[in-house]
Amino acid sequence: MGPLRKLLLLLAVLALFAAACGDDDETTTTTGDDGDDMAETDGDDMADGDDGEMMDHLGDGSLGTIVVEPGAEVQVRSLNALTGDVALFGLPIHRSIEIAVDDYGDIHGFPVTSGEGLDDLCSSDGGQAAAQTIVADEQIVGVVGTSCSGAAVAAAPLISEAGIVMISGGNTSPALTSDLAGTAGENYNEGYYRTAHNDLYQGRAMALFVFNELGLTTAAAIHDGDPYTQGLAQAFVDAYEEIGGEITGFAGIAKGDTDMVPVLTEVAAASPQALFFPIFQPEGNFIAAQAPGVAGLEDTQLLAADGLLVDGYLELEETEGMYFSGPDARFGDNVNQSTGKTADDVSGTYESLYGEAPTSPFWGHGYDATAMLLDAISAASYVDGDGNLVIDKAGVREFLDNLTGYNGLIGLINCDDFGDCGSQKVTIVHHLDSDDFRASMENVVFEYAPS
Amino acid sequence: MPSPETAENTKLTRRLGVDTFLFFMRVVMSTFVILGLLMFIGQQIDPDNFIASRINPDATGLTAAQFEGLVISGLSQGAMYGLIALGYSMVYGVLGFINFAHGEVFMVGAMTGMITSNKLDESGAWESNFALSLLFVLVIAIICSTLTAVIMERVAYRPLRGSPRLIPLITSIGVSFFIQNVSVVLLGPGAKSYPTLPDWLAQKHELFGFITIEGTRLMVLVVAAVSMVALWYLVERTKIGKAMRAVAEDKEIASLMGINVNRTIVTTFAVGGAMAGVAGILWGLLFRSVVHTTGFLPGIKAFSAAVVGGIGNMGGAMAGGITLGSAESVAPLILLEPWGINGVSQLKDAVAFLVLIFVLLVKPTGLFGERLSTEDRA
Repeated sequence: MGPLRKLLLLLAVLALFAAACGDDDETTTTTGDDGDDMAETDGDDMADGDDGEMMDHLGDGSLGTIVVEPGAEVQVRSLNALTGDVALFGLPIHRSIEIAVDDYGDIHGFPVTSGEGLDDLCSSDGGQAAAQTIVADEQIVGVVGTSCSGAAVAAAPLISEAGIVMISGGNTSPALTSDLAGTAGENYNEGYYRTAHNDLYQGRAMALFVFNELGLTTAAAIHDGDPYTQGLAQAFVDAYEEIGGEITGFAGIAKGDTDMVPVLTEVAAASPQALFFPIFQPEGNFIAAQAPGVAGLEDTQLLAADGLLVDGYLELEETEGMYFSGPDARFGDNVNQSTGKTADDVSGTYESLYGEAPTSPFWGHGYDATAMLLDAISAASYVDGDGNLVIDKAGVREFLDNLTGYNGLIGLINCDDFGDCGSQKVTIVHHLDSDDFRASMENVVFEYAPS
Repeated sequence: MPSPETAENTKLTRRLGVDTFLFFMRVVMSTFVILGLLMFIGQQIDPDNFIASRINPDATGLTAAQFEGLVISGLSQGAMYGLIALGYSMVYGVLGFINFAHGEVFMVGAMTGMITSNKLDESGAWESNFALSLLFVLVIAIICSTLTAVIMERVAYRPLRGSPRLIPLITSIGVSFFIQNVSVVLLGPGAKSYPTLPDWLAQKHELFGFITIEGTRLMVLVVAAVSMVALWYLVERTKIGKAMRAVAEDKEIASLMGINVNRTIVTTFAVGGAMAGVAGILWGLLFRSVVHTTGFLPGIKAFSAAVVGGIGNMGGAMAGGITLGSAESVAPLILLEPWGINGVSQLKDAVAFLVLIFVLLVKPTGLFGERLSTEDRA
């Protein structure tokens, strides 16, 4: 063995010895000057307040704490669909998050940043990749997103395991929260919350409208296998059958399909009076364009949901006459209690910053989700004797778990045991003119809110 | 060490095992198809028949109009696969490798058509003079697709001429991703729409008193047929075509006969590119939406169509395309649904590739392919 190898061996042994004798507490300390560094500890010590000057805060430290040094920023992230066709749906949420962070201001004197927006690509792959990026950065306290339920299914377990929280302004799949009867959804994870409605309500709203208001007694549904589309289509089917309607077909397409004649023929065999396809673009475009040409569907009423309630879809001529279910976007004089801003204030800022009106109605949900997260961080944090902001991760969850009576742009927000916090108000709009689709978005013909 | 006789016997036994397995697979697949077809016919006669009421109680059967719609949809889809497949087949014929970037040549045609048609729409020409506008769009798309294919050959494949076939094959996959990414950079990742078509094209028309077909689908079938005839004429009746056939047969001998091999190969790429450009326009007019990945799946399907028809054979490429398109449109409903399988339309792509497997099991050279010599297969 040469002298160099001996030296290396000695160093390795010393390193092992030092590691064995070291403190078990996970601590990474960084300076606030460059704004990059924070420290994370196994919260017990911090919760005991041995650094003094601990203020009242939520949390028992069981999930650890994040320490933001003076001069550094509190880090939250936006994780939404920013590219592709679904960007029309995700971008307004992302932008409303940026506005909310600006409107909210500092937390105990510490500025907040949402950093670079992360793209969930509206897919499980995209959600998982972005979540891995988030959990690798120990500075991040919470995430506002995802836009798509399919992305959340992959992202939520990673974010939950990291002890931080995720509040979505756009997810609506029941699988992510609960069946509203006390049973957790198959993809429920602790630390997951949302301000968007649960699709069990949306499916019921559409079923009630079709059966009671339109008087149509037979219907079919098409999904694309995504948790959102399949869950909502199933919710519609269950509710429709429960109130006496007959489901004549329940079919699926594959994402990327262009020729919809086979699937439309499959559901047309029983000539349904209504066809509900709660999917996304571009597949939704092909169904709207090709359905009237399929024998058996010439007079079928086409119905879609909030995934297609976006500018790029409504401006297509073939979508005229369709009904869309979605969140109640009539925010009126509602005020977000954390920022004091009204919906008009926020939409005005949105238009002045981005040069266009929001392209989907979930921007209010994104705004409220962000304000709630920042309130939760504020309630779960304190400034210690060294001037650091200490955020208790368990406290952030505790705040959101117990959130009731919160006034948001979308209305009154109450979080249930499985993270469903939305106002749950669903409306059906009738799209009449592709040249004036803004008017269609306001053309509410039916509204539903759980009693 | 085993004696040569023992080794030969082992080889024979193994071959017999493979043959037996293949025979078994053929029997299983054929039985599945025949039974599915018989059950579908039974369902059409009486949806509540003895078998259907047990296996597929929700069966309702298809009306004649619905069946006709499926067939026409399959034929038009297949015609576009066939047009793209021609490029795969021709390049394979002269160079013996699969140009996986050919799907992107098709996408370039569709994208060019989208840009040109929207410009014409903005100027009002698309509405006021649709026929001339469409011709203009077609010409521009053909030029762009042809140029893409020619540049691809010159930059990516010619330097690799003479290298093992695997190398240009891998290169073609790289070229495919490169073109997709260029499209994203230039045009963004979202789907782009073609302008609205005139009513006479979007509406259904009655042909021969018993066929009802949408104007766009009729146009797809007519343009594909005309393109196929023009290609046949070019290859079989012109000097360029004769040179292409000679180069496909034997490059060295063709060269000795005074044929410019390089120019002939470029011509082959150009003709394949032009056909893909035509297919791209037809795709855009039919579905009115294109995205940077538009060429990927149709490209793979067209490659499968070329193999089904017998790679290297142009008539086979078109026949393979029609077969594959029709199968993926019709087969899920007439062969799978009678078995009570749910969500059969989601299995459309699986059916397309099962057709490929089935054809190769029954006729390994494809429908119109010829058995290659060992040298050719190397």
